[in-house]
Amino acid sequence: MSDKSHDPNQMTGAAMIVRALIDHGVTDIFGYPGGAVLPIYDEIFQQSEVQHILVRHEQGAGHAAEGYARSTGKPGVALVTSGPGATNMVTPLTDALMDSIPLVCISGQVPTHLIGNDAFQECDTVGITRPCTKHNWLVRDVNDLAKVLHEAFYVATTGRPGPVLVDVPKDVQFATGTYHPPRKSDVHRSYAPRVKGDATQIRKAVSLLASAKRPVIYSGGGVINSGPEATKLLRELVEVTGFPITSTLMGLGAYPASGKNWLGMLGMHGTYEANMTMHDCDVMLCVGARFDDRITGRVDAFSPGSKKIHIDIDPSSINKNIRVDVPIIGDCGNILGDILQVFKAEAKKPDIKAWWQQIAQWRARNSLYYKKSNDVILPQHAIQSLFEATRGKDTYITTEVGQHQMWAAQFYGFEEPHRWMTSGGLGTMGYGLPAAVGVQVAHPDSLVIDIAGDASVQMTIQEMSTAVQYELPIKIFILNNQYMGMVRQWQQLLHGNRLSHSYSEALPDFVKLAEAYGAVGLQVTKPADLDGAIKEMIAVKRPVLFDCRVAALENCFPMIPSGKAHNEMLLPEQANDEATARAFAGGKALV
Amino acid sequence: MNQPASAYFIEERHDPNETHTLAVLVQNEPGVLARVIGLFSGRGYNIESLTVSETEAQKHLSRITIVTTGTPMVIAQIKHQLDRMVPVYQVVDMTQTRRSIERELAMVKVRGQGEHRVEALRLADAFRARVIDATTESFVFELTGNTDKINQFIDLMRPLGLVEVSRTGVAAIGRGPEGM
Repeated sequence: MSDKSHDPNQMTGAAMIVRALIDHGVTDIFGYPGGAVLPIYDEIFQQSEVQHILVRHEQGAGHAAEGYARSTGKPGVALVTSGPGATNMVTPLTDALMDSIPLVCISGQVPTHLIGNDAFQECDTVGITRPCTKHNWLVRDVNDLAKVLHEAFYVATTGRPGPVLVDVPKDVQFATGTYHPPRKSDVHRSYAPRVKGDATQIRKAVSLLASAKRPVIYSGGGVINSGPEATKLLRELVEVTGFPITSTLMGLGAYPASGKNWLGMLGMHGTYEANMTMHDCDVMLCVGARFDDRITGRVDAFSPGSKKIHIDIDPSSINKNIRVDVPIIGDCGNILGDILQVFKAEAKKPDIKAWWQQIAQWRARNSLYYKKSNDVILPQHAIQSLFEATRGKDTYITTEVGQHQMWAAQFYGFEEPHRWMTSGGLGTMGYGLPAAVGVQVAHPDSLVIDIAGDASVQMTIQEMSTAVQYELPIKIFILNNQYMGMVRQWQQLLHGNRLSHSYSEALPDFVKLAEAYGAVGLQVTKPADLDGAIKEMIAVKRPVLFDCRVAALENCFPMIPSGKAHNEMLLPEQANDEATARAFAGGKALV
Repeated sequence: MNQPASAYFIEERHDPNETHTLAVLVQNEPGVLARVIGLFSGRGYNIESLTVSETEAQKHLSRITIVTTGTPMVIAQIKHQLDRMVPVYQVVDMTQTRRSIERELAMVKVRGQGEHRVEALRLADAFRARVIDATTESFVFELTGNTDKINQFIDLMRPLGLVEVSRTGVAAIGRGPEGM
């Protein structure tokens, strides 16, 4: 080691970053250059192992990386410059934190001697992103960089996955130091997420499951994050026990929508049968979900008569919103495997015929009913047509946030995990288009559709340019009702129909807009033309903006009104103006 | 239950609050204190008292002692939220162990003359406070004890010419031969 110039591990900080990406198997990153990351971009230019996708706004890089991660199970990587580059990443980082998406963001920083001087494009990136990352680092010494990068990938992808950020000052990118490949000692000794479930708790859980008369399995995004094994085991558990299963928004696809035990999604816009089953059950097995407020409704009336088993890798999810009886901390896949093993060895499939009869009655209420029209396209009908047209195809769906997102969750049947990318926890309008870019980069030959709303899609519409540049044939299926539909729905239901600033005045002509970007624009206004237009959209091998004009004032039902419990859902057939007013006025009258 | 028209369920919780002292062993690295207190402010938890210092320089370990209040569910949340932070080694609820000693150090400046001055000195003696600075018209007392004792001493000094108080906040350690 006398002559360091021949040591292949001697390199600049910028080279270390690219090298670390390669060592972690990263093939695609999403980013936007700027002053404080130019040395890294220079390294990217001189290699071909890592493909860089140039977005049009850093938020797009973050959501694209999320879509990439969610659809592959691998970490997504974003590269941004200091100052505004970093602040533009705050939304995707927070989004990934809420939905437990593994994301590694590398940000440039002003040179170390300028930090704190209010230098050009300086901001306190680690300070700003501290509450919206699982962990973050500012690297002041090039010899710490390899260790930090390896730790960053480890922290992002293990335990409860999440976003991390590594802030690298420009002088550290230029400086030469020693690189080393990933090794165990790179990680804080204090970081050791628990994977294996406690055996006593698992036995308790099995005996509850075996004695259940009215059981339900409530699964979430954690099952998908855990990996394909967890999905397989969840399906096997449903088969072995014969239990009904529902899922959160984030968990769709872990159990197939065509499965006979599937109840549909639960929660605020979940199905009547899913919510009633949750409310009346005697044993609830929650796997990788977190009793979010969109799920529980009124917490003091949430599933009042049940014993609750909660499997979660994050101990802070236990008893956060709902008190549970049997918490099991660890990885879903691991614990489901143990539960299955004990169940098969020691328990029998409980007789729950009566429970299924009850569920059949709830199903018969047909809570997703809507009235089709020959004159105007109902948004539910549009999603159903899209689903039928893509059934059996290799399809990935992303969404924006709002009514269209809930209709997509209700009417698009997901058969496999990793096929559904949506912003659940943070509810980020503008997520779906860049997420579709990321998904398409990961799956170049698959059909990738962003089910969008006319308001959401405009928040990140500039990424159409990215799609065109990289020939990513994403399909943006806009349910255009000329409103921020969910905002309008709430205003109608809760604020005396005073539609304050929820009308999309001066909407662009989406067909012309698509053409301006060099993409394909399609528009459909009549139900009779819908199927043909969808077929055309799928056939086009270029990015498409699909302007689907739908009924403007359609509301998303069924719905748990605010302050109500699962068994107080408002069903579509009851949701005439008078009943709706009554359901919501009840809440108001108590004020 | 009052429930205004809202997209959120607005709940009133009536569980009684408890006060707990938590000892948090962390990696001593830049930003670690900001992470911990950011967690408290970000999630709306209370900090009644906070002390922090490096305790094992060679291992780069610092110990943060936090006195907090909340319902039992919130206290449990705080512990889990702290424990899952990457640089946090261990969180011990010193209150729950019921086997801990808590101490605080205060420096109390009192200004006065005549009978007040004599009385202040007499009370300081009763509290085993030391005089660490004196002028003809003032004293600075150094006092160690639990929070209640220090509060009591400060209350007594108030009518005698209390000028200013500096307190370290609570440090806590478990009784017996075992470490945390």
